[in-house]
Amino acid sequence: MSETLPRDAAAGTIRDPDFEDDVLVRVDNLVKHFPVKAGGLISRTVGQVQAVDGVSLQIGRGQTVGLVGETGCGKSTLARCIAGLIPVTSGKVTFEGQDITNLSRRAMRPYRREIQMIFQDPYGSLNPRRRVGAIIGDPFTIHRTATGAERKKAVQELMERVGLNPEHYNRFPAEFSGGQRQRIGVARALALRPKLIICDEPVSALDVSIQAQVLNLLADLQADFGLSYLFIAHDLSVVQHVSSAVVVMYLGRVAEQGQKDQVYTSPRHPYSAALLSAAPAADPEAAAARHRIILTGDVPSPINPPSGCRFHPRCPKAQELCSQQDPALENKAGDPPTHLTACHFPVQADEDLARVGRREPR
Amino acid sequence: MAFTRFLIRRILTGIIVLWAVATGTFFLFFARPVDTVARQLAGRAATPAVIAQVTRNLGLDQPILVQYWHFLTNILHGNLGYSYYNGEAVSTIIAQDLPITLSVVVGGVVLWLVVGLTVGIVSATRPRSTFDRASTVGVLAGLSMPTFVLGELLIILVFVPLNQRGFTWIQTGYAPLSQGLIPWMGHMILPWITLAAVQAAIYTRLSRGSLLDTLGEDYIRTARAKGLSERRVIFKHGVRAALTPVVSQLGVDIGALLGGVIVVEQVFGLSGLGQDSVAAIATGNLPLIIGFVLVASAFVVVANIIVDALYAVLDPRVRIS
Amino acid sequence: MSVTELEFQAQQVETAPEQAILGRSQWQLTWRRLLHDKMAVASFIVILIIALLAILAPVVAGLLGHGPYQAFSGKGLSADGLPVAPGTNGFILGTDYIGRDLLVRILYGARISLFVGLTTTAMATVAGVLVGLVAGYYGGWVDTVLARFIDAVLAFPFIVLALALAAIYGSSLLIVIGVITFFAWAGISRIVRGQTLSLKEKEYIEAARSLGAGPWRIMIIDILPNLMGPVLVLATLYIPTAIVVEATLSFLGIGIPAPTASWGVILSEAQQFYQVSWWYVVFPAAALLITTLAFNLLGDGIRDAMDPRTERLFAGSKRRKRRARKTAAAEPGALPPLTVSELGE
Repeated sequence: MSETLPRDAAAGTIRDPDFEDDVLVRVDNLVKHFPVKAGGLISRTVGQVQAVDGVSLQIGRGQTVGLVGETGCGKSTLARCIAGLIPVTSGKVTFEGQDITNLSRRAMRPYRREIQMIFQDPYGSLNPRRRVGAIIGDPFTIHRTATGAERKKAVQELMERVGLNPEHYNRFPAEFSGGQRQRIGVARALALRPKLIICDEPVSALDVSIQAQVLNLLADLQADFGLSYLFIAHDLSVVQHVSSAVVVMYLGRVAEQGQKDQVYTSPRHPYSAALLSAAPAADPEAAAARHRIILTGDVPSPINPPSGCRFHPRCPKAQELCSQQDPALENKAGDPPTHLTACHFPVQADEDLARVGRREPR
Repeated sequence: MAFTRFLIRRILTGIIVLWAVATGTFFLFFARPVDTVARQLAGRAATPAVIAQVTRNLGLDQPILVQYWHFLTNILHGNLGYSYYNGEAVSTIIAQDLPITLSVVVGGVVLWLVVGLTVGIVSATRPRSTFDRASTVGVLAGLSMPTFVLGELLIILVFVPLNQRGFTWIQTGYAPLSQGLIPWMGHMILPWITLAAVQAAIYTRLSRGSLLDTLGEDYIRTARAKGLSERRVIFKHGVRAALTPVVSQLGVDIGALLGGVIVVEQVFGLSGLGQDSVAAIATGNLPLIIGFVLVASAFVVVANIIVDALYAVLDPRVRIS
Repeated sequence: MSVTELEFQAQQVETAPEQAILGRSQWQLTWRRLLHDKMAVASFIVILIIALLAILAPVVAGLLGHGPYQAFSGKGLSADGLPVAPGTNGFILGTDYIGRDLLVRILYGARISLFVGLTTTAMATVAGVLVGLVAGYYGGWVDTVLARFIDAVLAFPFIVLALALAAIYGSSLLIVIGVITFFAWAGISRIVRGQTLSLKEKEYIEAARSLGAGPWRIMIIDILPNLMGPVLVLATLYIPTAIVVEATLSFLGIGIPAPTASWGVILSEAQQFYQVSWWYVVFPAAALLITTLAFNLLGDGIRDAMDPRTERLFAGSKRRKRRARKTAAAEPGALPPLTVSELGE
């Protein structure tokens, strides 16, 4: 089935009916709340941290979906829910048509070969007391796919593929640089040829020059192995570089999603517009010409989110309706069918939010 | 306010623990075939007639839960049974022994805390000085010295030679406070040193390490930068924070303390709770042993409550949780 | 031996700098540092000697012709019926109150002390690590229950239980080992649990879970290696505690029963005779002291070797300063080159 469809990373789009068969992961209305406990001898639940509050998205085969948002918007939590690392409060996660929500560890096991993760901290994601060969070989050992000399060979091949010297098989993580450690993490994730790799801010902790190397490695691997990525980041320029589709999250909800060009060129949600305006532009003339949209107010707490649209206290365009009614994530008039926005008063093509902000202070 | 609630909670927990210990003790001793229990309670030299009588008197043939109930009610009335040896009420024996044991315990604890903390604090404020090195050697020696060995050595090396030279202030045995403070202290000083030595070593090292760590914290640097005198920095800020692990260690050490007391009483011939309990074992005097177990546990619980209260005073976060 | 104290030091171990240019593991570095620590090496040698003597006790007894239970009322006691002094009648360290060879009894006592020390520590370590791992990793109600249990055991005065058990069942080697082990595992367990709780949050544990590793594999392959350091120090420092506790219990009469030759038993007998037979107290006490001191120093040495930042008052500092001064003098202005061994010191 998949052989007849083009293996083009940018071709997969969100909710494109022509490519339904090519959907790898579908997330339906995922909700994850963490209870806040208080009390001494018998603890009571006094509130809920609404980390993820109704998120739906899709990841196609061979596609890279970028997930952006500020700290605390729930993107890491969402990733871990999809990976099955934390239980889901409600909603559904489907992989290749199979429901994998809240499966037992045993039932989830086969899916662990298909869904892998790369972590943010190159210094924390590798066990300092184990040798690198053992760390990369873990997937083989856990899933019993290769042992002994065969495993060593497979590990060394992986090391070579990610740009490490296979002779360093017996070294400890401490002997590698940050960038190299991320490569080790990539090698480990790649071992069982997964279909989806969730990258949780994989380059945030690296120097800029190293970031480029790792990103290029990820792109190469995607081309060679037909991988899908869920790429989480807070750096917009990085996301722009790697993704074909983008999802913008705010306080546990999706604010806007669509194909990369759609969101980056014409953001419809005021939040996305503000984020993009704040992204540093390399070209000084473009930077000077740009008007920064300054958001007022603090990020509200996920325990007590604002009523109606969660962004309304900080939004330069907010009106009565915004504090009363939660906007649905839907396709706005004039947008391509894959571009969805959750806003009552989306940003228009000719609108300059920066001016709006100055004229109507909140 | 929060502190009072904290205290009440701790006391309630303590009562539950005491009850649990009493229950555990009871079942440990009495939940066995009636015969065995009766034989043990009657003593080693008892004839079958005596055993039968003991069984009847103590109601050992009654259902276990009935016995348990009597056991609990008796305790609450202060009746801990009677020593088979001479028929004396256990509670009387305990009342007689208590002042002796308390003298040892309180003096020992005070000594070890004072010495341990002082040496530890001074060492921490003068790291790597001669004093520090000397105290480290002392600590190591103290840690490796079993209590009873130290006691014996003190007797051989201090008590005997001094007495032979006519300096008789230091004595073994006990002299009650009623006979005067000086004689009392003379009898207590060696037991205090013996009891305190090992613990002082532990606490020296602990307080030294804790204070060194605390003095390395940023807020100490801030205090110094504010211009506070070194003394205020150390005492007002440093020591208070450094004391928390010491106090929590104290809670754990209460248990070890009892062992030390028993040893010290044995070595120095003090007829306190410790020595009597050892003698009770040797003679198989069950009622006395049960009584001592209960008293010891009560002591541990009370001491732990005091320690917890102290901890709460030092660390306000504990009161809130 | 204090649990809180070790908790202190245990924290630092996991974060100890992992320098290695040549692929040396943490253990290899620790080992090298340990070998440079003179006190630790000396202590280890002393322990080996004691162990050797303990093993050879029957041989010595045979050579001297004095068994550990043989009472020589003739040549072993003076005319007044008192123990004879060291050197008399072929008794190298003198005799005890019924004429038994003190040296032989002390050597046999070493067997008991080492046996008790090692077995109780081994069992307590295994039990303590297991419980601590499970409590720390699983968390939730499992942890709550186990943690409370550990606290209860730690707070409980062991002497009370020893007394009670001795009263009911009489005293024996088995009871002594049981009681000591029962109270030793809790201390280890508490530290292991604490370490596990913090290690559990590390990303590499999350990574292992995402790979599909089960809880036992994670506990043993990922968490345990990071614990071995503090556990080793704890175990080494528990051995002398166990030895002292056994001696104390035997001294009080609720441990190993006479006539078995435990150092505690000997010292208990010696109480009546210290004024006339100083050797009766001094030699067994010395044996006990030396053994305890050796293990304590070794344990301290291992702990210092694992954390190179601990200030050591005695070992090596003079040599390091001299070397630094020499290289600085050779190339004024240049930085002295750091060799790997100096990194370790």
